[in-house]
Amino acid sequence: MTPDASALESGARLSRNGELGDVLVDVKGLKMHFPITEGIVFNKLVGLVKAVDGVDFRIRRGETLGLVGESGCGKTTTGRCILQLERPTEGEIFFEGVDLTKLDQVALREYRQKIQVIFQDPYSSLNPRMKIGEMIDEPMYVHGIEPDAQKRKQRVSELLSVCGLNPKMADRYPHEMSGGQRQRVGIARALSLEPEFIICDEPVSALDVSIQAQIINLLEDLREEYNLTYLFIAHDLSVVRHLCHRVAVMYLGRIVELADCDELYDNPMHPYTRALLSAVPVPDPEIEQNRDISFVAGEVPSPINPPPGCVFHPRCPIAVESCSKEVPALRELKPGHWVACTEV
Amino acid sequence: MSALLEIEDLRTHFFTTSGVVKAVNGISYDVQEGETVAIVGESGCGKSVSALSVLGLIPNPPGRIVGGAIRFLGDDLIGLDDLQIRDIRGRQIGMIFQEPMTSLNPVLTIGLQLTETMEHHLGMDRADAEKKAVEYLRLVGISEPERRIRQYPHHLSGGMRQRVMIAMALCCEPKLIIADEPTTALDVTIQAQILELMKNLTKRMGVALIIITHNLGVVARYADRVNVMYAGKIIERGLAADIYREPRHPYTLGLLSSVPRLDQPRQKRLDPIDGQPPDLTRLGEGCSFLPRCKFAVDRCASEIPPLETVGNGHLSACWEQENLATARG
Repeated sequence: MTPDASALESGARLSRNGELGDVLVDVKGLKMHFPITEGIVFNKLVGLVKAVDGVDFRIRRGETLGLVGESGCGKTTTGRCILQLERPTEGEIFFEGVDLTKLDQVALREYRQKIQVIFQDPYSSLNPRMKIGEMIDEPMYVHGIEPDAQKRKQRVSELLSVCGLNPKMADRYPHEMSGGQRQRVGIARALSLEPEFIICDEPVSALDVSIQAQIINLLEDLREEYNLTYLFIAHDLSVVRHLCHRVAVMYLGRIVELADCDELYDNPMHPYTRALLSAVPVPDPEIEQNRDISFVAGEVPSPINPPPGCVFHPRCPIAVESCSKEVPALRELKPGHWVACTEV
Repeated sequence: MSALLEIEDLRTHFFTTSGVVKAVNGISYDVQEGETVAIVGESGCGKSVSALSVLGLIPNPPGRIVGGAIRFLGDDLIGLDDLQIRDIRGRQIGMIFQEPMTSLNPVLTIGLQLTETMEHHLGMDRADAEKKAVEYLRLVGISEPERRIRQYPHHLSGGMRQRVMIAMALCCEPKLIIADEPTTALDVTIQAQILELMKNLTKRMGVALIIITHNLGVVARYADRVNVMYAGKIIERGLAADIYREPRHPYTLGLLSSVPRLDQPRQKRLDPIDGQPPDLTRLGEGCSFLPRCKFAVDRCASEIPPLETVGNGHLSACWEQENLATARG
């Protein structure tokens, strides 16, 4: 059973720059199963990778929702489904009340402008043969936002300086820039279409520590200035805590816990969330050398053949017999704090 | 007690078409027996190159060790030819690389890759080596090791492969293991498993460990002593506790304050280090951190600060390190 979607939002927290608006993104029962086929001539279906297997959440205007989990948990696939880069197997994705999964490519164009993405790897997400300026200019041209080439050029300069780059960099190629500078280009490109919603897919994990903080601050500034809504996908729990209003923890294609940021970090309830938080070492030797890590044994199972019942039960320290039989539903244990576990 | 490994004024440069990259530019450090030493720094600061230099793994051309000494148990490793270094590499000094996906040979079984080292270095026959391989795989927490030694690397997950790498590094009972970002490619829960495993095994077997990483949390938990590198030089060294409590170099201070922390209340804003890391082909005359430094004075532009003692076993390469201490109160 999926919980009533209207209850999935907390409302308990306000965004840092004021009140939260209406619901912008509403994901209902999202499933994305990839087929595994064998043979070249007769493609025989031999299995399914259940990358995303029933995910519900809502994001309100002005809010930043964090999506955390380990590699292979389906967080990136969820983002790609919202972008309609993958057509989901099942479920609905409402953006401003319109179900994107029902739209064809032509009708989607309007929404492609409103929903933008910042990718993880600033090395492979920029075209090495295009100048920085051209890359930021092109989306505006394609979407017909500004037909005048001279004005577009002006706009490119503005965007570059908003993102902390020298406007002269418009004439450079990506290989002439560092990782942090390239990520700023990726952000400028996403902003060029004046989007309402940006999916940030691990935007800082490929960057060095000292540069990460620069990009995080930039993302925060832009959120304030343009009243942006983010879906922030990451595996680094401390970065997510810093940037997000609410956080959803994913494990093997499902959301296992969803709560306000402070609530989740102060009072984690799901055993997986607890294990995740405990596994992050803190940069302080005096704390670390006396701290006990509560371990999760084993590794993430394959999404091709997920365990029956609760997907976390083979690694769970508090699992009981019924966990291997029934899939636990997300339950609201406190206002706005949802946990998919029967034992907490 | 003399040091297990002593590196003195090591310089490893790469001669490229766009200039000489001084990846390691005069670093000195030592590792005592059984101790865990961390080398921390960002990408391109020379931390991996300094480790690869120890094992004679610098690709030549373009790279070359142009100066300095690497003494392991008193013998200089730099003059050794390929055959001589092979007797040390894998036997006396083990290595764990970052990418468990690419550092195992995909066309050889796990068992063969483990036994090969033991046959070569310890002169064991195949059957004995295989028995020992099974033992070590069990030690690093791999289930059903008898079956696993017949499998290929692609049968294993990333975490499992890294366990195999650890088994491989340990199997000849080396005195020193160099781990180059051993957990960067792994998930947090797996990272914690692997690091605890490495800590327990090296402690139990009395193996010294050089751990190269950019993760300040990992360093805090596992290292006894820390070397912080920036632009090919060590800019601060000391006991982990001292460095974290009282950093005496602006770069270390900047690194520590730029990461969001789970153990402290949420900050309003992060405090990043401005600017970009320097281009190693065009290093100026003064301190290479100068363009990003908040504490810089005139002297920083003309003279490179030497690594000097500022406290008990605590060294810093900064002209302003005293003011840094007072500025922090």
